[in-house]
Amino acid sequence: MVDPAGPLAIHTENVCRHYQMGETSVRAVDGISIDIRAGEFVALLGASGSGKSSLLNLVAGLDRPSSGAVVVQGSDLAKLSREALAKYRLHAVGMVFQSFNLIPSMTLLENVELPMRFAEVDRGLRAELARRSLESVGLNSRVTHRPTELSGGEQQRASLARALINRPKLLLADEPTGNLDSRTGGEIMNLIRGFNQSLGMTVLMVTHEQALAEKYAGRMVHLADGKIVDDISNIPQSAVPPGDAQ
Amino acid sequence: MKFYDVTDLAVRNLRESLLRNSLTTIGISVGVASLVAMLSLGIGLQQWVSGRLLKSGLFDTVIVTSRRDVRNFRDQQESAGPAPAQSPALDEPARQKIEQVPGVVEAFPDIRFVTELHLDDKPHLAAVAGVPFSARNNDAFDEVQGKFFSSDSAAEVILQKSFAEELLGMTPNPGVDNTTAASLAPRLLGKELTMRYAERTAPPALAGADIGAYSVVSREQSLKIVGVTDVDPDSMRGAARARLFMPLKLAQELHIMQPSEMRDASFGGAPTYTSLSVRVKSPSQIPDVESAVKNLGFNAFSIVDANKGISQFFSVLDKFLGIFGSLALAVASIGIVNTLVMAVLERRREIGIMKALGASDGDVRGLFFAEAGAMGFFGGAAGVVLGFTIGRLINFQMNLYLARQHFPPARISSVPLWLVLVAVVFSIFVSLLSGLYPAARAARLDPVQALRYE
Repeated sequence: MVDPAGPLAIHTENVCRHYQMGETSVRAVDGISIDIRAGEFVALLGASGSGKSSLLNLVAGLDRPSSGAVVVQGSDLAKLSREALAKYRLHAVGMVFQSFNLIPSMTLLENVELPMRFAEVDRGLRAELARRSLESVGLNSRVTHRPTELSGGEQQRASLARALINRPKLLLADEPTGNLDSRTGGEIMNLIRGFNQSLGMTVLMVTHEQALAEKYAGRMVHLADGKIVDDISNIPQSAVPPGDAQ
Repeated sequence: MKFYDVTDLAVRNLRESLLRNSLTTIGISVGVASLVAMLSLGIGLQQWVSGRLLKSGLFDTVIVTSRRDVRNFRDQQESAGPAPAQSPALDEPARQKIEQVPGVVEAFPDIRFVTELHLDDKPHLAAVAGVPFSARNNDAFDEVQGKFFSSDSAAEVILQKSFAEELLGMTPNPGVDNTTAASLAPRLLGKELTMRYAERTAPPALAGADIGAYSVVSREQSLKIVGVTDVDPDSMRGAARARLFMPLKLAQELHIMQPSEMRDASFGGAPTYTSLSVRVKSPSQIPDVESAVKNLGFNAFSIVDANKGISQFFSVLDKFLGIFGSLALAVASIGIVNTLVMAVLERRREIGIMKALGASDGDVRGLFFAEAGAMGFFGGAAGVVLGFTIGRLINFQMNLYLARQHFPPARISSVPLWLVLVAVVFSIFVSLLSGLYPAARAARLDPVQALRYE
């Protein structure tokens, strides 16, 4: 269970992200204030264009707010330099995407090793750490395969292994099951849930599937037109089988 | 990212688009090859010309004359140093003193005279010059048919081709040179020439007395023809050039009457030399030796200034050739910009992924920079090999031509080690310069936009 008085992992203060599209201004995120405690599993729900991915990008440090503050683990991302923001993405967050985003010219092992190259981890250590991470998502027999040789589920497992390689405290998932069938999607969600529970990672997941959120998330935040319209606690229906979480 | 990782990823990326990157690299190598070939030609020509001039013995020689010899009096000489009458005589002690100057290898008197020579009782007139034994290393005597003098005082002579023709009764055809030393030599080598000359001797009664008096006795000396030469070793002497060469020491021992001795006698002094040729260790020491000789109270001049002019000419030529050669490299550098800009566009999503995973702007910039540098390195290395080969081909073709024209072989293209290093470094530098814009463009990519790119 998440301690309601525990430390804040994410805090946003009236955060806005407006885009200019020709003559019109698009308010993708429009004054969102939200607190997420360490260890929470939060699902961001809403229709297409509701602003959930834009909010996730702001928390990921991939984008900067037009106004307001995004404070993650004590630092206001809006005030960080490009260099510091890159460091933040490297060490503080792990990301998984709907389209997996593995580099096709690299093997799984090399893909998982890539963030460690940016973090300047010793060459001798990298292969072993990457192998262990792939093992933790059940891909120990696929380390030398290229992404195109794998199924969608396996690719998403590999991307999960890559997201966790630098041991971040925050996992951000943008429609992680969007390209998977329901059974494979369930496997991935079980893994994410397992990391949330066993490692105490804070998870912020964007999805448009209400059922999926109800099954796995401890809190469901509904967005529409860039604003929070509902923020409800949930008791996940799924019981995580002990062997799935590493 | 560490250097190893940057280069590893860069090489991996280059391999991914192997054909395109290879073509760009070939473009660079052609550019570098043209630069190397051009510069090697400039360097080779300079070495060839300088080498020949150095071997001719003119560029390491200082000509020393006495200030007392007022026939060649010049304003420049007048303004510096003692007046002619107070200046020292260019005699044997002065020669020895000059030989002690640092950097001087030897100082020998210039002995030349016009005399009558008989071959088979037929008289011929010719200017004769004494040649020091050290001249056997000079280029001028490289092509001698027969051999060089067996010793410094051997009674031997080497003939210039035109005199050989005269001895054989051939009439030179003006403007047409259809004889060679090789064809004349067999008919003359080993034959004896009889030289008539005026020997200067001290009269017995006056020997040792401090007055300028001597007797002149007509003598004959038999000389064996040991060589015939095509080239004119004395060509720089102009009208005074000799057509017959004998060992210098022999010429000295014969005490052949020199024009300066009339003057010496009238001043009542010891015999002096008209001029001395001072050979210097290296051409770079010529200015020092010249000023040291001038400080001793003599006139000194060399043609080192002409060499300066040649160096200047070749440095301008090298720059011109370098600019010409760089044009191809400039075109190749546009190819690099094009390839890398295409790569940035194609790999936009990959750049977005790397940024999402924590790559900094510097990491992305470094990666594209390394790719440009790697193309520059490989292109530069291949270009040096190609340029070297082109230089060799030019040499080969030129030597075929020279051989057909009966000229000795020459090396007109030279690739020294420094040129190899400079070419590769320059190629990397130009490639990095070309990589600046694409790398900056990749680094500034917005990760959100880049991740949306399909």
